[in-house]
Amino acid sequence: MTGGHPTRGFVGRPRTHNPGLPPGQYDARDDWPVLSAEVTPELAPDDWTFRVDGLVAEPRTWTWDEARALPGSSYEGDIHCVTTWSKFGVRFGGVSLDVFLDAARPDPAATHVVAYSHTGYTTNLPLADVTGGKAWVAFTYEDAPLPAEHGGPARLLVPHLYFWKSAKWLAGLRLLDHDEPGFWEQNGYHARGNPWEEQRYAGD
Amino acid sequence: MSETFTPPTAFAVPGRIAVSNRAAATWQRAVLTEIRRETPRVSTFRFAVPGWQGHLPGQHLMLRLTAEDGYTAQRHYSLASPPDDSGHIELTLDHVEGGEVSGFLHTVARVGDAVEVRGPLSGFFAWPGDRPALLVGAGSGVVPLMSMLRHHRQRQLAVPLRLFVSARTREDLIYGDQYGDETTPVLTRESERRHLDTDHLAPCFTDGGPGWEAYVCGSNAFAEHASRLLVRLGQPVDRIRIERYG
Ligand SMILES: Cc1cc2nc3c(=O)[nH]c(=O)nc-3n(C[C@H](O)[C@H](O)[C@H](O)COP(=O)(O)OP(=O)(O)OC[C@H]3O[C@@H](n4cnc5c(N)ncnc54)[C@H](O)[C@@H]3O)c2cc1C
Repeated sequence: MTGGHPTRGFVGRPRTHNPGLPPGQYDARDDWPVLSAEVTPELAPDDWTFRVDGLVAEPRTWTWDEARALPGSSYEGDIHCVTTWSKFGVRFGGVSLDVFLDAARPDPAATHVVAYSHTGYTTNLPLADVTGGKAWVAFTYEDAPLPAEHGGPARLLVPHLYFWKSAKWLAGLRLLDHDEPGFWEQNGYHARGNPWEEQRYAGD
Repeated sequence: MSETFTPPTAFAVPGRIAVSNRAAATWQRAVLTEIRRETPRVSTFRFAVPGWQGHLPGQHLMLRLTAEDGYTAQRHYSLASPPDDSGHIELTLDHVEGGEVSGFLHTVARVGDAVEVRGPLSGFFAWPGDRPALLVGAGSGVVPLMSMLRHHRQRQLAVPLRLFVSARTREDLIYGDQYGDETTPVLTRESERRHLDTDHLAPCFTDGGPGWEAYVCGSNAFAEHASRLLVRLGQPVDRIRIERYG
């Protein structure tokens, strides 16, 4: 971030050297703010499905039981929201997106994905940001079922990008050979959303 | 293989306006010109921003404070003022206990001081004044809704607008002396002593209502509560826009 002009009298909180904190972020500690712009859907696990389609050899849909039966893995680390809070040392359990993508077999022409929700929410990501152990379909938070307002029963988890990329109430992933702006991206937010480069808004 | 993309259950709420990427990316100097007390915990801060490109009611901005050593703190704030060409904008801030940014503005900042802002941001919660507006807010969540009400008055718009605003007491009701017949205050610790409920909102839905676009703003707990009431009354989910302050 290019530092701003000093504001008279502003001192700010004591500086804690925290190499895990991206520029312009603060530690929300125990808070986990909810910022979705939609009505929280009542989505039971039995009604939840997850689909991978678009540029893949084998478009596929998993039911809750099928997805839960896949080999699990977890993420322990930090998450960063574009509204400037970060949360440290959180634990999500789920299934790596690699597992789903390996089953669907992406076409070599695929470069991007649009993740979409059961609400119709969408967000776009480079395929490289959701492969190689960097992204999950998450079912649990701190070993308990993911609460509905945080995207339960299942959300996308892409912790190295701003959290609006981690679509709540995840319904599917569509592989494309081009980038296609999603919900917030059409509303002025950055196409990639890397917190370390402070890519909050288009043009950052 | 590239079949058209259709979400399984579509209620993606489309944005209301195109957003200027340049305005969102540029920090501008904002000079504090006036501080007005609204309630014991809430004040309105008026800033001169000569290059302000204009906004729609409901939009917000990012405000940044920088310390001498380069340390910065930035937070989102809704625009309280309606769109006008005064070269000024107004924000209304709750004084959050121990809050870094709201605490500074409430206790240290004085007229003449400069901060930085970028925006307006996000076209999603914007109301261009076109559709009937059903506005539901609590606490400082009334701020973007007040911008809509002010816009409605200033332009003498004929489109229906109703505002429900929840506060603890009359003393805590932000803009309390500025409401008219369009507004129903709901006090949770005084007079009525209860939370917003279906019977408050139900009269807006007699004969289905005028086809409201609903805007809900406040804490997450309030937003969850109010949006569920609206759904129960038959408001379509794709006509409910929610701004959660976290
Ligand atoms: C889109 C949007 C629009 C908004 N519009 C408005 C508006 O119009 N008006 C309004 O008043 N608010 C608004 N908000 C909320 C606003 O952005 C801030 O969250 C709010 O002002 C609090 O910020 P702060 O810096 O004062 O408090 P923070 O410093 O963020 O602290 C918040 C709380 O956490 C505690 N805390 C957090 N970190 C620490 C720490 N390291 N050490 C000690 N304590 C800590 C504080 O004590 C305090 O209780 C909006 C939010 C969003 C997302």
